[in-house]
Amino acid sequence: MRKRKKRKVGQINASSMADISFLLLIFFLVTTSLNVGSGLARRLPPPLPPDQKPPDIDIKKRNLFVVRINSKNQLMVQGEIIELKDLRRRAKEFIKNENNDPNLPELVTENIEYLGPMTFTKNHVISLQNDVGTTYQAYIDVQNELIAAYNELRDELAMQRFGKHYNELNEKLQEAIQKVYPQKISEAEPKNYGGVKSGTN
Amino acid sequence: MARIREKEKREMPALSTSSLPDIIFMLLFFFMAVTSLKEVTFKVRINPPLATEVQKLENKSLIRYIYVGKPLPQYQKVYGTETRIQLSDAFADVSEIAEYIVNERSAMKEEEQNLMTVCIKADRDTHMGIINDIKQALRRAYALKIIYAANPRPTS
Repeated sequence: MRKRKKRKVGQINASSMADISFLLLIFFLVTTSLNVGSGLARRLPPPLPPDQKPPDIDIKKRNLFVVRINSKNQLMVQGEIIELKDLRRRAKEFIKNENNDPNLPELVTENIEYLGPMTFTKNHVISLQNDVGTTYQAYIDVQNELIAAYNELRDELAMQRFGKHYNELNEKLQEAIQKVYPQKISEAEPKNYGGVKSGTN
Repeated sequence: MARIREKEKREMPALSTSSLPDIIFMLLFFFMAVTSLKEVTFKVRINPPLATEVQKLENKSLIRYIYVGKPLPQYQKVYGTETRIQLSDAFADVSEIAEYIVNERSAMKEEEQNLMTVCIKADRDTHMGIINDIKQALRRAYALKIIYAANPRPTS
Protein backbone atom coordinates (compact mmCIF):
# COMPACT_ATOMS: atom_id res chain seq x y z
CA MET A 1 0.00 0.00 0.00
CA ARG A 2 2.62 2.44 1.01
CA LYS A 3 4.66 1.80 -2.05
CA ARG A 4 1.69 2.35 -4.33
CA LYS A 5 0.76 5.66 -2.75
CA LYS A 6 4.28 6.93 -3.08
CA ARG A 7 4.35 6.02 -6.73
CA LYS A 8 1.08 7.81 -7.45
CA VAL A 9 2.21 11.01 -5.82
CA GLY A 10 5.40 10.92 -7.81
CA GLN A 11 3.61 10.48 -11.11
CA ILE A 12 1.18 13.37 -10.83
CA ASN A 13 3.66 15.96 -11.91
CA ALA A 14 2.13 19.40 -12.09
CA SER A 15 5.18 21.13 -13.47
CA SER A 16 4.07 20.65 -17.08
CA MET A 17 0.77 22.29 -16.23
CA ALA A 18 2.57 25.59 -15.90
CA ASP A 19 4.04 25.13 -19.34
CA ILE A 20 0.66 24.37 -20.82
CA SER A 21 -0.95 27.38 -19.24
CA PHE A 22 1.99 29.54 -20.26
CA LEU A 23 1.44 28.42 -23.80
CA LEU A 24 -2.23 29.32 -23.57
CA LEU A 25 -1.38 32.68 -22.06
CA ILE A 26 1.09 33.49 -24.81
CA PHE A 27 -1.39 32.34 -27.45
CA PHE A 28 -4.07 34.67 -26.12
CA LEU A 29 -1.63 37.55 -25.72
CA VAL A 30 -0.48 37.20 -29.31
CA THR A 31 -3.90 36.77 -30.85
CA THR A 32 -5.41 39.70 -28.97
CA SER A 33 -2.57 42.04 -29.88
CA LEU A 34 -2.78 40.99 -33.52
CA ASN A 35 -6.45 41.84 -33.52
CA VAL A 36 -5.95 45.62 -33.74
CA GLY A 37 -7.98 46.55 -36.77
CA SER A 38 -6.52 47.94 -39.93
CA GLY A 39 -7.77 50.43 -42.43
CA LEU A 40 -7.15 53.18 -44.94
CA ALA A 41 -6.50 56.55 -43.34
CA ARG A 42 -7.91 59.61 -45.07
CA ARG A 43 -8.51 63.22 -44.28
CA LEU A 44 -11.75 65.04 -44.95
CA PRO A 45 -11.81 68.65 -46.14
CA PRO A 46 -12.99 71.16 -43.53
CA PRO A 47 -16.68 72.05 -43.64
CA LEU A 48 -17.97 75.00 -45.61
CA PRO A 49 -19.81 77.80 -43.83
CA PRO A 50 -23.52 77.13 -44.39
CA ASP A 51 -24.24 80.27 -46.36
CA GLN A 52 -21.23 80.03 -48.62
CA LYS A 53 -21.09 78.42 -51.99
CA PRO A 54 -18.20 76.09 -52.65
CA PRO A 55 -15.35 78.24 -53.89
CA ASP A 56 -14.45 77.83 -57.52
CA ILE A 57 -11.04 76.35 -57.33
CA ASP A 58 -9.37 76.94 -60.61
CA ILE A 59 -7.95 73.64 -61.64
CA LYS A 60 -6.66 73.31 -65.15
CA LYS A 61 -8.21 70.47 -67.02
CA ARG A 62 -4.89 68.77 -67.58
CA ASN A 63 -4.25 68.69 -63.84
CA LEU A 64 -7.45 66.85 -63.10
CA PHE A 65 -7.82 63.09 -63.07
CA VAL A 66 -11.47 62.22 -62.78
CA VAL A 67 -12.44 58.80 -61.48
CA ARG A 68 -16.12 57.99 -61.45
CA ILE A 69 -17.81 54.90 -60.07
CA ASN A 70 -21.40 54.29 -61.00
CA SER A 71 -24.10 52.39 -59.16
CA LYS A 72 -23.13 49.18 -60.94
CA ASN A 73 -19.56 49.61 -59.68
CA GLN A 74 -18.21 50.32 -63.14
CA LEU A 75 -15.22 52.57 -63.40
CA MET A 76 -14.74 55.55 -65.66
CA VAL A 77 -11.43 57.40 -65.82
CA GLN A 78 -11.06 60.57 -67.86
CA GLY A 79 -14.16 59.63 -69.84
CA GLU A 80 -13.04 56.09 -70.60
CA ILE A 81 -14.50 52.94 -69.10
CA ILE A 82 -11.61 50.92 -67.68
CA GLU A 83 -11.04 47.90 -65.49
CA LEU A 84 -10.00 48.23 -61.88
CA LYS A 85 -6.68 46.49 -62.53
CA ASP A 86 -5.68 49.23 -64.98
CA LEU A 87 -6.44 52.05 -62.57
CA ARG A 88 -3.14 51.89 -60.71
CA ARG A 89 -1.09 52.12 -63.89
CA ARG A 90 -3.19 54.99 -65.23
CA ALA A 91 -2.96 56.87 -61.94
CA LYS A 92 0.81 56.43 -61.81
CA GLU A 93 1.18 57.67 -65.36
CA PHE A 94 -0.91 60.67 -64.49
CA ILE A 95 0.89 61.55 -61.26
CA LYS A 96 4.34 61.08 -62.73
CA ASN A 97 4.01 62.49 -66.26
CA GLU A 98 7.48 61.37 -67.18
CA ASN A 99 7.49 62.55 -70.78
CA ASN A 100 5.94 65.95 -70.12
CA ASP A 101 2.83 65.04 -72.08
CA PRO A 102 0.66 68.14 -72.62
CA ASN A 103 -2.42 66.13 -71.69
CA LEU A 104 -0.99 65.10 -68.34
CA PRO A 105 -0.48 67.52 -65.42
CA GLU A 106 2.08 70.25 -65.73
CA LEU A 107 5.50 69.73 -64.25
CA VAL A 108 6.89 72.13 -61.71
CA THR A 109 10.50 72.23 -60.62
CA GLU A 110 11.06 72.96 -57.00
CA ASN A 111 13.86 72.68 -54.54
CA ILE A 112 13.10 70.19 -51.83
CA GLU A 113 15.11 69.63 -48.72
CA TYR A 114 17.19 66.43 -48.74
CA LEU A 115 16.27 65.80 -52.38
CA GLY A 116 17.45 68.89 -54.23
CA PRO A 117 15.63 70.24 -57.28
CA MET A 118 12.79 67.95 -58.21
CA THR A 119 10.46 68.13 -61.18
CA PHE A 120 7.03 66.86 -60.33
CA THR A 121 3.35 67.45 -60.95
CA LYS A 122 2.68 69.76 -58.08
CA ASN A 123 -0.85 70.79 -58.93
CA HIS A 124 -2.40 67.52 -59.91
CA VAL A 125 -5.66 66.51 -58.30
CA ILE A 126 -7.37 63.15 -58.41
CA SER A 127 -11.09 63.65 -58.20
CA LEU A 128 -13.09 60.69 -57.00
CA GLN A 129 -16.80 60.75 -57.63
CA ASN A 130 -19.16 58.04 -56.60
CA ASP A 131 -22.82 57.32 -56.98
CA VAL A 132 -25.20 56.88 -54.06
CA GLY A 133 -25.65 53.28 -55.11
CA THR A 134 -21.95 52.38 -55.32
CA THR A 135 -21.06 49.59 -52.93
CA TYR A 136 -18.55 50.24 -50.22
CA GLN A 137 -16.23 47.48 -51.40
CA ALA A 138 -15.99 49.07 -54.87
CA TYR A 139 -15.27 52.44 -53.31
CA ILE A 140 -12.56 50.99 -51.05
CA ASP A 141 -11.11 49.11 -54.03
CA VAL A 142 -10.70 52.37 -55.92
CA GLN A 143 -9.29 54.21 -52.91
CA ASN A 144 -6.93 51.33 -52.38
CA GLU A 145 -5.65 51.40 -55.96
CA LEU A 146 -5.09 55.16 -55.80
CA ILE A 147 -3.23 54.90 -52.50
CA ALA A 148 -1.26 51.98 -53.93
CA ALA A 149 -0.25 54.15 -56.90
CA TYR A 150 1.10 56.80 -54.54
CA ASN A 151 2.83 54.24 -52.37
CA GLU A 152 4.52 52.67 -55.36
CA LEU A 153 5.72 56.02 -56.65
CA ARG A 154 7.06 56.96 -53.23
CA ASP A 155 8.77 53.62 -52.95
CA GLU A 156 10.32 53.98 -56.39
CA LEU A 157 11.69 57.40 -55.54
CA ALA A 158 13.02 56.18 -52.21
CA MET A 159 14.74 53.25 -53.90
CA GLN A 160 16.21 55.46 -56.59
CA ARG A 161 17.50 58.14 -54.25
CA PHE A 162 18.34 56.34 -51.05
CA GLY A 163 18.38 52.68 -52.03
CA LYS A 164 15.86 51.89 -49.34
CA HIS A 165 12.18 51.24 -49.21
CA TYR A 166 10.00 54.19 -48.29
CA ASN A 167 8.92 52.57 -45.04
CA GLU A 168 12.53 52.14 -43.95
CA LEU A 169 13.41 55.82 -44.31
CA ASN A 170 13.43 58.18 -41.37
CA GLU A 171 10.63 60.67 -40.88
CA LYS A 172 12.36 63.65 -42.45
CA LEU A 173 13.14 61.82 -45.67
CA GLN A 174 9.62 60.43 -45.76
CA GLU A 175 8.27 63.94 -45.47
CA ALA A 176 10.50 65.10 -48.31
CA ILE A 177 9.18 62.33 -50.51
CA GLN A 178 5.65 63.15 -49.48
CA LYS A 179 6.24 66.64 -50.79
CA VAL A 180 7.06 65.22 -54.20
CA TYR A 181 4.12 62.84 -54.17
CA PRO A 182 1.47 64.33 -51.93
CA GLN A 183 -1.73 62.33 -51.78
CA LYS A 184 -4.25 64.55 -53.48
CA ILE A 185 -7.42 62.57 -53.68
CA SER A 186 -10.39 64.84 -53.55
CA GLU A 187 -13.93 63.71 -53.14
CA ALA A 188 -16.69 65.73 -54.69
CA GLU A 189 -19.47 67.10 -52.57
CA PRO A 190 -22.03 64.34 -52.86
CA LYS A 191 -24.95 66.65 -53.53
CA ASN A 192 -23.05 68.84 -55.91
CA TYR A 193 -21.23 66.93 -58.55
CA GLY A 194 -19.61 70.03 -60.02
CA GLY A 195 -17.74 71.19 -56.94
CA VAL A 196 -14.33 69.73 -56.31
CA LYS A 197 -12.99 69.78 -52.80
CA SER A 198 -9.43 69.03 -52.13
CA GLY A 199 -8.96 66.44 -49.45
CA THR A 200 -5.25 66.24 -49.28
CA ASN A 201 -3.33 63.93 -47.09
CA MET B 1 21.62 4.93 -9.19
CA ALA B 2 19.70 4.44 -6.00
CA ARG B 3 21.40 7.42 -4.46
CA ILE B 4 20.49 9.75 -7.25
CA ARG B 5 16.86 8.66 -7.13
CA GLU B 6 16.68 9.33 -3.45
CA LYS B 7 18.05 12.78 -3.90
CA GLU B 8 15.56 13.61 -6.63
CA LYS B 9 12.66 12.42 -4.61
CA ARG B 10 13.68 14.55 -1.69
CA GLU B 11 14.11 17.74 -3.68
CA MET B 12 10.92 17.55 -5.70
CA PRO B 13 8.39 18.18 -2.94
CA ALA B 14 10.40 21.12 -1.68
CA LEU B 15 10.15 22.89 -5.06
CA SER B 16 6.42 22.81 -5.35
CA THR B 17 5.33 24.33 -8.61
CA SER B 18 1.72 23.34 -8.15
CA SER B 19 0.64 26.93 -7.50
CA LEU B 20 2.34 28.22 -10.63
CA PRO B 21 -0.39 27.04 -13.04
CA ASP B 22 -2.96 28.74 -10.86
CA ILE B 23 -1.11 32.02 -11.06
CA ILE B 24 -0.69 31.69 -14.79
CA PHE B 25 -4.33 30.75 -15.21
CA MET B 26 -5.30 33.84 -13.25
CA LEU B 27 -3.20 35.96 -15.60
CA LEU B 28 -4.72 34.15 -18.55
CA PHE B 29 -8.27 34.81 -17.35
CA PHE B 30 -7.39 38.41 -16.63
CA PHE B 31 -6.17 38.97 -20.19
CA MET B 32 -9.10 37.11 -21.67
CA ALA B 33 -11.59 39.14 -19.66
CA VAL B 34 -9.92 42.49 -20.33
CA THR B 35 -9.65 41.98 -24.07
CA SER B 36 -13.21 40.82 -24.48
CA LEU B 37 -14.62 43.58 -22.28
CA LYS B 38 -13.23 46.32 -24.47
CA GLU B 39 -15.12 45.27 -27.59
CA VAL B 40 -18.59 46.52 -28.25
CA THR B 41 -21.37 44.08 -28.87
CA PHE B 42 -22.13 44.36 -32.54
CA LYS B 43 -25.74 44.89 -33.40
CA VAL B 44 -25.03 45.09 -37.09
CA ARG B 45 -23.38 42.54 -39.33
CA ILE B 46 -20.04 43.84 -40.51
CA ASN B 47 -17.96 42.13 -43.11
CA PRO B 48 -15.22 44.70 -43.73
CA PRO B 49 -14.01 45.31 -47.27
CA LEU B 50 -10.63 43.99 -48.35
CA ALA B 51 -7.70 46.17 -49.34
CA THR B 52 -3.97 45.79 -49.83
CA GLU B 53 -2.67 49.18 -48.67
CA VAL B 54 -4.00 48.98 -45.13
CA GLN B 55 -2.25 50.52 -42.17
CA LYS B 56 -2.53 49.24 -38.63
CA LEU B 57 -4.61 51.37 -36.33
CA GLU B 58 -2.40 53.09 -33.82
CA ASN B 59 -3.33 54.84 -30.60
CA LYS B 60 -6.45 52.92 -29.86
CA SER B 61 -7.52 55.43 -27.23
CA LEU B 62 -7.82 58.15 -29.87
CA ILE B 63 -10.08 56.17 -32.16
CA ARG B 64 -13.85 56.24 -32.04
CA TYR B 65 -15.86 53.84 -34.13
CA ILE B 66 -18.92 54.20 -36.27
CA TYR B 67 -20.40 50.88 -37.31
CA VAL B 68 -22.49 50.62 -40.44
CA GLY B 69 -24.29 47.52 -41.61
CA LYS B 70 -27.47 45.54 -41.71
CA PRO B 71 -28.94 44.66 -38.28
CA LEU B 72 -28.28 41.18 -36.95
CA PRO B 73 -31.21 38.73 -37.23
CA GLN B 74 -32.31 39.18 -33.60
CA TYR B 75 -32.73 42.94 -34.11
CA GLN B 76 -34.37 42.79 -37.49
CA LYS B 77 -37.90 42.63 -36.07
CA VAL B 78 -37.48 45.98 -34.40
CA TYR B 79 -35.03 47.76 -36.66
CA GLY B 80 -35.75 46.21 -40.04
CA THR B 81 -33.27 44.88 -42.55
CA GLU B 82 -32.07 48.17 -44.00
CA THR B 83 -28.53 49.37 -43.36
CA ARG B 84 -28.24 51.09 -39.98
CA ILE B 85 -25.63 52.99 -38.04
CA GLN B 86 -24.41 51.86 -34.64
CA LEU B 87 -22.73 54.27 -32.25
CA SER B 88 -21.09 52.63 -29.23
CA ASP B 89 -23.83 50.26 -28.08
CA ALA B 90 -27.00 51.55 -29.71
CA PHE B 91 -28.52 52.10 -33.10
CA ALA B 92 -28.39 55.72 -34.15
CA ASP B 93 -29.40 58.09 -36.88
CA VAL B 94 -27.03 60.16 -39.02
CA SER B 95 -28.19 63.28 -37.17
CA GLU B 96 -26.89 61.83 -33.88
CA ILE B 97 -23.31 61.49 -35.12
CA ALA B 98 -22.44 65.13 -34.53
CA GLU B 99 -23.60 64.94 -30.91
CA TYR B 100 -21.74 61.69 -30.37
CA ILE B 101 -18.52 63.18 -31.74
CA VAL B 102 -18.85 66.28 -29.59
CA ASN B 103 -19.49 64.20 -26.47
CA GLU B 104 -16.61 61.86 -27.16
CA ARG B 105 -14.27 64.71 -27.91
CA SER B 106 -15.09 66.60 -24.76
CA ALA B 107 -14.44 63.44 -22.76
CA MET B 108 -10.88 63.31 -24.07
CA LYS B 109 -7.88 65.16 -22.75
CA GLU B 110 -7.57 68.61 -24.21
CA GLU B 111 -4.25 68.04 -25.89
CA GLU B 112 -5.56 64.89 -27.52
CA GLN B 113 -8.78 66.32 -28.87
CA ASN B 114 -7.24 67.36 -32.17
CA LEU B 115 -5.87 63.91 -32.70
CA MET B 116 -9.20 62.16 -32.49
CA THR B 117 -9.72 59.77 -35.34
CA VAL B 118 -13.01 58.30 -36.42
CA CYS B 119 -12.95 54.82 -37.83
CA ILE B 120 -15.81 54.00 -40.16
CA LYS B 121 -16.37 50.28 -39.92
CA ALA B 122 -18.84 49.44 -42.62
CA ASP B 123 -20.01 46.29 -44.29
CA ARG B 124 -18.63 45.78 -47.77
CA ASP B 125 -22.10 45.69 -49.33
CA THR B 126 -23.15 49.03 -47.88
CA HIS B 127 -24.21 51.60 -50.42
CA MET B 128 -22.19 54.80 -50.58
CA GLY B 129 -25.21 57.01 -49.93
CA ILE B 130 -25.12 56.39 -46.20
CA ILE B 131 -21.31 56.63 -46.09
CA ASN B 132 -21.50 60.01 -47.82
CA ASP B 133 -24.04 61.17 -45.24
CA ILE B 134 -21.74 60.06 -42.43
CA LYS B 135 -18.77 61.79 -44.02
CA GLN B 136 -20.72 65.03 -44.32
CA ALA B 137 -21.83 64.75 -40.69
CA LEU B 138 -18.23 64.19 -39.61
CA ARG B 139 -17.07 67.17 -41.62
CA ARG B 140 -19.62 69.39 -39.95
CA ALA B 141 -18.49 68.08 -36.56
CA TYR B 142 -14.86 68.83 -37.49
CA ALA B 143 -13.86 65.22 -37.15
CA LEU B 144 -11.68 65.28 -40.23
CA LYS B 145 -9.32 62.42 -39.54
CA ILE B 146 -11.05 59.30 -40.64
CA ILE B 147 -10.10 55.72 -41.30
CA TYR B 148 -12.00 53.32 -43.48
CA ALA B 149 -11.72 50.00 -41.70
CA ALA B 150 -10.57 47.29 -44.08
CA ASN B 151 -9.06 43.88 -43.71
CA PRO B 152 -5.79 43.08 -45.42
CA ARG B 153 -6.34 41.15 -48.61
CA PRO B 154 -4.26 38.00 -48.78
CA THR B 155 -1.84 38.42 -51.64
CA SER B 156 -2.48 35.85 -54.30
